[in-house]
Amino acid sequence: MELSDRAVRQAEINLSDLERSLRRPRVLFSAVMSLLTGAATVAAMVPLFSVLYMLIRKGAADLSMSTLTQLPPPAMMPGGGIGNAIAGTILIVLIATAISVPIGIFGAIYTSEFGPDTMIAQAVDFAAKVLTGLPSILAGVFAFAAFVMLTGGFSAPAAGIALTLLMLPTILLTAEDAIKRVPSRMREAVIGMGATRTQVVTKVLLPAALPGILTGVMLAIARAAGETAPLLFTSLFSEYWISRSSPAFIPHSINDLMKPTASLAVLIYNYSGSPFDNQIALAWTAALILVMMVLVTNIAGQLLASRYNR
Amino acid sequence: MAAGAIANSDISASLIDCSISELYYGSFKALRDVALHIKKGTITAFIGPSGCGKSTALRCINRMNDLVRGFRFKGKILFRGQIDPVAVRRHIGMVFQQPNPFAMSIFKNVAFGLRLNRYRGKVEEKVEQALKNAALWDEVKDKLHASGLSLSGGQQQRLCIARAIATEPAVLLMDEPCSALDPVATHRIEELMKELKKKYTIAIVTHNLQQAKRVADMTAFLYVDTSQGGRTGYLVEYGATEQIFERPQQKHTKDYIAGQFG
Repeated sequence: MELSDRAVRQAEINLSDLERSLRRPRVLFSAVMSLLTGAATVAAMVPLFSVLYMLIRKGAADLSMSTLTQLPPPAMMPGGGIGNAIAGTILIVLIATAISVPIGIFGAIYTSEFGPDTMIAQAVDFAAKVLTGLPSILAGVFAFAAFVMLTGGFSAPAAGIALTLLMLPTILLTAEDAIKRVPSRMREAVIGMGATRTQVVTKVLLPAALPGILTGVMLAIARAAGETAPLLFTSLFSEYWISRSSPAFIPHSINDLMKPTASLAVLIYNYSGSPFDNQIALAWTAALILVMMVLVTNIAGQLLASRYNR
Repeated sequence: MAAGAIANSDISASLIDCSISELYYGSFKALRDVALHIKKGTITAFIGPSGCGKSTALRCINRMNDLVRGFRFKGKILFRGQIDPVAVRRHIGMVFQQPNPFAMSIFKNVAFGLRLNRYRGKVEEKVEQALKNAALWDEVKDKLHASGLSLSGGQQQRLCIARAIATEPAVLLMDEPCSALDPVATHRIEELMKELKKKYTIAIVTHNLQQAKRVADMTAFLYVDTSQGGRTGYLVEYGATEQIFERPQQKHTKDYIAGQFG
């Protein structure tokens, strides 16, 4: 009886101690850290949103159907557009994607599934990790030496090869990581059912890793689409459409491909330093379009991944 | 060795003829001297302390160890004389410790094996039959297109059993199939095993002695040999479950059944 009374009193004393008070060092520390992390989050968003705000502010004013579809104007002339640069950027990124995605994903299947311990897989891994830090201007110089000088001129494929150098390591490493992260019990389940190696890869590993692989591809495309330095050495710029035949925004022949090609990044680079207001305005619009294209690609990729996995 | 002696007896009734003389992972000797026959239409239980290699022995039967790096093996495993691992696995279904349905619908999970085998026939009927045999049909017949991952743990394990038996394998291997399940789900799986025995031959690894006693016809007791450094598992005794539990011949078996370890 006496004992339980004491126990109750003890509990009451302890209960009053449970109150949360900022005077306690632990509570104070927690509150300060919560505040700090919150402030850091806001600080991290400021650059992103201020860039977006500025682009919309300055770029949206001139956004119209004619800006999207017309050729750049000659100096001092009003009007005109950035249609050829949009088409050129899409063409160059498509070429780079068409080269780097198959090589990257097949390579990742090998390095993660078929031969993770082989010399070649480890060498490829090491090379890819080094290449992720490759300065983009070097990719341009390489493509200039290896392709432009060989074929005798600036061209969209040369730019595609330069961007491939930048995209391939990202795609390979993220795809490898995504495949390796498929739980081993999934692999065991499908192997235990008598699947061949091809079936293991196509029926379980690739579908399960697809969201990760797509994220890598989108990241690579987003990075490549905005690169300027490699394009200065490879596709240069053009005031004209890709083709003389209609529709002019797609290549119709090898000749259409093998000549200097406009791109949004180089257009921004050229026009932003221009003394003419009209060209500066076009550079802003081009910047807005470039950001929008990257954004749309990202969202499309994520929608695709979520639909596939349903 | 003991391997030879057992291998020569009663070969006609055995479906799987397993004799492992040495098994290594890299330089680690995991198993030695495991020789046993698994008879058609029986449930064989592998029991023994943790790390005695009972799962490893089970995984030899459908060649799952081939995937492990550094795996080396001396001995032979005969399953109707076949040796291609992929072909072997198509005749031997496997149910794992953790329920591992694919992230796809219940229907597609069960149809998966049929599709692997390019089954040309009425897939719907096969799926329904497999789910009925796995005692899951009544619970999922109205939501066959819901994700397999939306089921409870016990249902997921029965889904995995349905997936394994949809292709009508000759043998069903179960690697501690109830260790992640509650007693009610465990009871259902055990009842199911007794039912499946009529059509399939079952080999099960379990660390639950009572479970082995309840369901198994034959029991293999494996133990760990630490005499040469390392921990090498070996087969101590193999016989009818009743004999192993009531009249064990070996001291290790007797001690283990009685709950005296070490």
